[in-house]
Amino acid sequence: MMEAYQFILSHPDMVARWILDHVTISLVAMVIGAMLGCTLGVFIAGKGRERLADGILYLAEIMMTVPSLALFGFLMLLLGYVGLSAIGFLPAVITLIVYGQLPILRNTFTAIRQVDPALIQAGRGMGMTERQLLFKVKLPLALPVIMAGLRNAMVLVVGIAAIAALIGAGGLGVPIFRGLRNARMDLIIIGGVSVSVLSLLVDGVLALLERWMTPRGLRAGSK
Amino acid sequence: MIRLEKVTKIYPDGTEAVRGVSFEVVKGELCVLLGPSGCGKTTTMKMINRLSPVTTGSIYVDGLDNSAMDENELRRNIGYAIQDVGLFPHMTVGENIGTVPALKGWTKAEQRKRTQELLELLRMKPHEYIDKYPRELSGGERQRVGVARALGGNPPVLLMDEPFGAIDPITRLELQNEFLKIQQEIKKTIILVTHDIYEAIKMGDKIALMKEGQLVQYAPPADLLFRPQDSFVAGFVGADRGVKGLQLIRVKEVMWNSPPTANPDEKTESARKRMEQQGLDWLAVIDREGKFTGWAFASDTQGADRVEEITKTSTVAVGRNAVLSEALSLMLTSGSDVLAVVDQRNRLEGVVTFTTIQDTMREAVQKGVSS
Repeated sequence: MMEAYQFILSHPDMVARWILDHVTISLVAMVIGAMLGCTLGVFIAGKGRERLADGILYLAEIMMTVPSLALFGFLMLLLGYVGLSAIGFLPAVITLIVYGQLPILRNTFTAIRQVDPALIQAGRGMGMTERQLLFKVKLPLALPVIMAGLRNAMVLVVGIAAIAALIGAGGLGVPIFRGLRNARMDLIIIGGVSVSVLSLLVDGVLALLERWMTPRGLRAGSK
Repeated sequence: MIRLEKVTKIYPDGTEAVRGVSFEVVKGELCVLLGPSGCGKTTTMKMINRLSPVTTGSIYVDGLDNSAMDENELRRNIGYAIQDVGLFPHMTVGENIGTVPALKGWTKAEQRKRTQELLELLRMKPHEYIDKYPRELSGGERQRVGVARALGGNPPVLLMDEPFGAIDPITRLELQNEFLKIQQEIKKTIILVTHDIYEAIKMGDKIALMKEGQLVQYAPPADLLFRPQDSFVAGFVGADRGVKGLQLIRVKEVMWNSPPTANPDEKTESARKRMEQQGLDWLAVIDREGKFTGWAFASDTQGADRVEEITKTSTVAVGRNAVLSEALSLMLTSGSDVLAVVDQRNRLEGVVTFTTIQDTMREAVQKGVSS
């Protein structure tokens, strides 16, 4: 423990770099993943797309079960084949986007689908267009559940981002794997503890955001 | 105002939900679509605002074929109140009521003004309710807001699907009465769906009774009760149609317009004589301004000098617009077989007796059986 502390004091730039890289990769993956997942989730929740929804959710589930390391490897081959950088930032972000999709997709899909049909009927009966129905009724009501999905995805992504170090993307995986190779407990502690703290932090911030974004009429216990 | 011509609805799976239904609702009238569940009444209603497309036939709203209009434009001009109220839980009462005005592009100020008007119309204090959320309201209040929301865009036509369904019987009765009063002011053309025969009789100017997708009889409530077209109608309105008729006929139609009266100062002897002449054992006692004060009965006249001394003071009275069932229930609870009919200032307008009610109902039921 002491050694870890001393290492941070003696190499603050290095530690800061790891944390910054880690946060950057996670955030970029998350922002793109959220946009993609929410849009796709809303789309497959549409009427008459039940079979498409089944297929896509099934696919997302399968992707989740593929070990992250294997996915990194697979992407290296694929990106190399199409002539893009096979190591570093790009494959790391793509992998994380893929991993974050399941909770985002599933929650968005379920949330939109669970909106009370009576409310949709009421909205339509009053002359709302499909677009107005989505933005004025379905999305506001689905928001709490969608946010919960984003929270899950974010925590997952921050954790898995550590593995991105193996393909040269940097981040807090760097001290963890370096420590494992060289039997340096201090490095392992720095990497491990930072990832955990980061996860908790992100979870907390998103929880606040979730509460803040929940429409007032839906909040439990508030006046 | 609303005309259906040979409207048929066949679902993709081949179910015929509505078969060749034609009827017309006159402007300002309230038409009730009545029938057992699965008879096609809700589908019929939903075809009017095109929530459910017609298979064949046409529907005209205000003279225009509804299939030729833009469906959203059509719906914004037809108020819609649904069974489960369907208030948006994430919007305030004000925002809910302002839904259609907002869709129609009214300014914020216009929306707010309309919302306040409607809350007042439904006897809810605007400043108290406008910023509340639906979950902070009672069931009855929610139903009111649901009705207010349907009236939001000031549509000439209103569709109501069991609008007083999900509340306790007492609140329902209150809301029905209030809604009838409101309807007298706003005179909308209304189609109301219900499976409750009492609600239909009470609310409807006309009732369209449906069975298995077909219109069986389209007539005013009294005709449905006393001149049922076939055994299905007779069966649906029930064997107790005499009792239901009590809810239909108003006191003013059967009351005794100039009943025998007495003044408090009058000699008992002359009052007794008048009772004898009329073959009655009572007189209604009224004061100089014509206000009803009580009853003088023949059995009490012995030994008293003035009517005043034998007057049984009573405040039990009924208005001329009350239905016979109310009059009857007042008689039963007060234990008297005569009831005073008074105006708002308690002036005597007439009298109803138990015998009158009995005769009226017997006559009505017999008329129904013989036709």
